[in-house]
Amino acid sequence: MTIHNQISSNKVRTYFIMFFFIAFISFFFYLIGKYFGDSQFYFVFGILFSIMMSFGSYFYSDKIVLAMSGAKPADKKDFFDLYTVTENMAIADGLPMPKVYVIEDPAMNAFATGRDPQHAVVCATTGILEKLNRAELEGVIAHELSHVKNFDIRLMGIVTVLVGTVAFVADWITRSLLWGGDDDNTGGKLGMIFFILFLFITPLIATLIQLAVSRRREYLADASGALLNRNPDALASALEKISGDTLILKTASNATAHLFIENPFKKDKGSKAKSFLAGLFSTHPPVEERIKLLREM
Amino acid sequence: MLFVVYLVATYNGFIVLKARIKEAFSGIDVQLKRRVDLIPNLVETVKGYAKHEKEVFENVTKARSALMNASSNEDKAGANNMLTGALKSLFAIAEAYPDLKASDNFKDLQRQLEDTEDKIAYSRQFLNSNVLDYNTKIQTFPNSLVANMFNFAPESFFAATEEEKKEVKVKFS
Repeated sequence: MTIHNQISSNKVRTYFIMFFFIAFISFFFYLIGKYFGDSQFYFVFGILFSIMMSFGSYFYSDKIVLAMSGAKPADKKDFFDLYTVTENMAIADGLPMPKVYVIEDPAMNAFATGRDPQHAVVCATTGILEKLNRAELEGVIAHELSHVKNFDIRLMGIVTVLVGTVAFVADWITRSLLWGGDDDNTGGKLGMIFFILFLFITPLIATLIQLAVSRRREYLADASGALLNRNPDALASALEKISGDTLILKTASNATAHLFIENPFKKDKGSKAKSFLAGLFSTHPPVEERIKLLREM
Repeated sequence: MLFVVYLVATYNGFIVLKARIKEAFSGIDVQLKRRVDLIPNLVETVKGYAKHEKEVFENVTKARSALMNASSNEDKAGANNMLTGALKSLFAIAEAYPDLKASDNFKDLQRQLEDTEDKIAYSRQFLNSNVLDYNTKIQTFPNSLVANMFNFAPESFFAATEEEKKEVKVKFS
């Protein structure tokens, strides 16, 4: 897949996910409406709510993501290496200079977000800045800027907010079901069945979307990042350091996990045999595989 | 009809690539300018600690003005390489003056110069990959016919010195 294919496929997927989200949430509210006996009102509310959410996340996903991770802007003076390396990689890629943010956290990680290269943000933890040398940091930033160039950031940012919403709604339903008691009125049994069905489907869909958008593009970003700084070994060595680091990023959540360069929830180091399921449900490809591919370049 | 569409599309494609090359060149110019601007400060700082190294200062100043006055891209690349060599001996003498090496001003200037050199290298990389893109496009058949028709000539690369090429290799061990 070339970069241009990747860009247009990302754009199409973004709109598809927004549409899917609107349809899903509207239908969902319709069911709630049926349950409470006023389906039209709830349906309209659901449509408006989901459209607002979709457009809101299209334009503000970067700010939401940054707020969720507790990031603050970095200036050239205090974060010289991060800032200048970002400048350099933007020059090498012919991209406008993205905004640079840091998260005060000793865990090692980094991500990029925004809706297009003109509104991009690159964010790194203070931990990664301390533990990587300049060449390794360059590899990481080159990887992130590849996400920017490929429009991965738009798709991933929107998925973050929308999946977050779906997860929140599912959570909310679970609670209201638990506390709501059992008055079997107007909505009837059909509504109830859908209700329970959605309860199981929602988190599953959310997970699947997250998986679909994240894994293969990590390989692609590794490869095009290596093309930028002409130094695949630097990124390989950075990934080795990052995966060897056992600290967990406090501000990462299920909704933001797929944004990061490496899974922020470190896997159980004890379990050696990696099960098929664990591989299927991880947001990132195995880091060993990524390092191996980079070393072979 | 189809031929006209092809002609227009190819022609416009060439123009876009040429514009990108021009933009990349001006990106390099910005960085070269910054490098030129940093040097008087650096020379003054080093002079404060090492007055006697006149020859080195002269070489740096000469290379700097050569770069300032260069107009063609070949001249710029050549003058920039000359400056790189002169700066190398300047930093080499700095090794002999521990006070200079320890001064914050010097360290800051050195860091900024290194950063500018990195930026020149990456601007050049961006330029050269665009030049390669463009040259390949205008020289492959059937685009070459269109290129000949409208006199699109191959662009030249912005050359690096042999030394710099080596440096990139040993940068990471």
